[in-house]
Amino acid sequence: MTNPISTPLFDGKLVRLTPLDHEKDPEIVSGWTHNAEYVRMTSLEPVRPLTAAQVKKQFEQIDKEMDEGRRLFHYAIRPKENDRLIGEARIEWIEWSNGTAQLKIGLPDPGDRRKGIGSDVLRMLLRVSFRELNLHHLEVVLPEYNVPALRFFEKHGFKIEVRRRQAVNRGGRRWDLISMAILRPEWEALNEER
Amino acid sequence: MKNDEPGSDLLRGKLVRLSAVSPEDLSKLIVGWIQNSEYWRLIANGPSFPLSQEGLRKFMEKHLEKDDLRSCFFVIRTLDGDRDIGEIELGGISYARGESYVGIGIGEPEYQGRGYGTDAMNIILHFAFTELNLYRVSLTVFEYNPRAVRAYEKCGFKVEGRAREFFQREGRRWDLIHMGILREEWQAQNA
Amino acid sequence: MRDRSELTSDMLRGKNIHLTAQDMEQASQPYFDWAQDAEYQRLVEDGPPVPLSLKGARESNEQGWPEDDPCNVMFLVRANEDDRIIGFVNLDYISWQHGDSYMGIGIGDKSCWGKGYGREAMDLLLRYTFTELNLHRLSLTVYEYNERAIRMYEKCGFKNEGVSRDYHYREGRRWNLVSMGILRDEWLEMNGYSVP
Repeated sequence: MTNPISTPLFDGKLVRLTPLDHEKDPEIVSGWTHNAEYVRMTSLEPVRPLTAAQVKKQFEQIDKEMDEGRRLFHYAIRPKENDRLIGEARIEWIEWSNGTAQLKIGLPDPGDRRKGIGSDVLRMLLRVSFRELNLHHLEVVLPEYNVPALRFFEKHGFKIEVRRRQAVNRGGRRWDLISMAILRPEWEALNEER
Repeated sequence: MKNDEPGSDLLRGKLVRLSAVSPEDLSKLIVGWIQNSEYWRLIANGPSFPLSQEGLRKFMEKHLEKDDLRSCFFVIRTLDGDRDIGEIELGGISYARGESYVGIGIGEPEYQGRGYGTDAMNIILHFAFTELNLYRVSLTVFEYNPRAVRAYEKCGFKVEGRAREFFQREGRRWDLIHMGILREEWQAQNA
Repeated sequence: MRDRSELTSDMLRGKNIHLTAQDMEQASQPYFDWAQDAEYQRLVEDGPPVPLSLKGARESNEQGWPEDDPCNVMFLVRANEDDRIIGFVNLDYISWQHGDSYMGIGIGDKSCWGKGYGREAMDLLLRYTFTELNLHRLSLTVYEYNERAIRMYEKCGFKNEGVSRDYHYREGRRWNLVSMGILRDEWLEMNGYSVP
């Protein structure tokens, strides 16, 4: 029998999930906060550009929350071949007694999208969530205008569960907020087919 | 004065009014209510746990005393007898999106199922829509609490979806029901 | 009617300038330089120009962290060609319940005057205010003798809402403080959005 825990959880085909680098990453993340298109696609909070110093303070908060609360896992996405920061991934709002959590994946540079990196990251997040954290229900929350993301998660087996009507107000009109989720048995079934 | 004029008593209903209490008094109340684990399991996601009053008071001092744009907490107090019977709060307020979540719990068993909760909910919706000027209010309710679902529907909330198998309690999984009400729906309901 | 494509365009960048977070490491020197210019100071400040040190200029313009300061948003205005800081634009005391805020703007780099940079910064701020924060109105006060600014605000859609008479006393006479305001619906309609 092969060693059951030998699967590398944080090494994918194209990228790795790694910790934040408090020295080098704040400058890059500060740039992401100035990228209005990216923020509006991935965040519900209004666009709010931050300096590198402010980002660094946020990193400290994240570390503190991960260490103390154990309800958050925040990863930096880097290519396998170098240390360049190209995105962020989170498993958050973990409720252990019920086995639930929310996922978040962000790739700010459009040049990094549509290359399989998103799928690579999601596969790792799902594996960690279901096989290490033993969760049952994983959710993503997306504004209805983020059509590429809705299609992406649907492709990976997520189903639409909730539509919070007109909960987002951007660009001069209101939009619905959509929750999609995948359950552990569904993921197990999909994985067996491969 | 009519209830929809700016000078009227915004936080007062037919059976109850919404009030504030000190962290000291509030922690005493809540400790009492959560001795009943059924109460907790009707209102909270996390595991039922008999919190100490000291711990609760400290938690409340930290979170309730400061002026917070993101939440508004009230105690539900009967008009007749000034009895504190439950809690209701707006949380996760986002002004840019115009949305807030609402949560309610009637901690005193003899006041459940008699319209006190509905009265409190109507007060807070009025507050949310005409004082905070929000656009929609959301809530989540456990599948195993059909009485609450019906009460919320009577207030005008509509079911917007279900998070499947979201909870595990008493050996099986349950859905979490998501509901929402828009300001125009609330206005039509109360015209 | 604008749709999803509106959401993908860069809300913080115009043709010649862009908006960034206020980095005090980089902004101290420009703030200090502008504070030496009496003409600029008398266009933006109520009080007399004060000869602050570099440290003083820094502290005077320091802003709190966003988490502690949800009612203020401070942007630096930078030139696209070389990223240098040429001014600031801000929302100063947002009243979320009522959907209103005051705003301020100053282009400290005089070589940038008369080129439309102030107008560009205003357009970006207005778009941010009305399509991202979704406030209902924006207010400002401007000195009666700042005719160039008043004309610019009017072109952006601001309307004169009143004056505080004899508010300023400079150069031997009194001047009014002009209050102006713009409503979200007015701005949306002026800029090609369909108004709900």
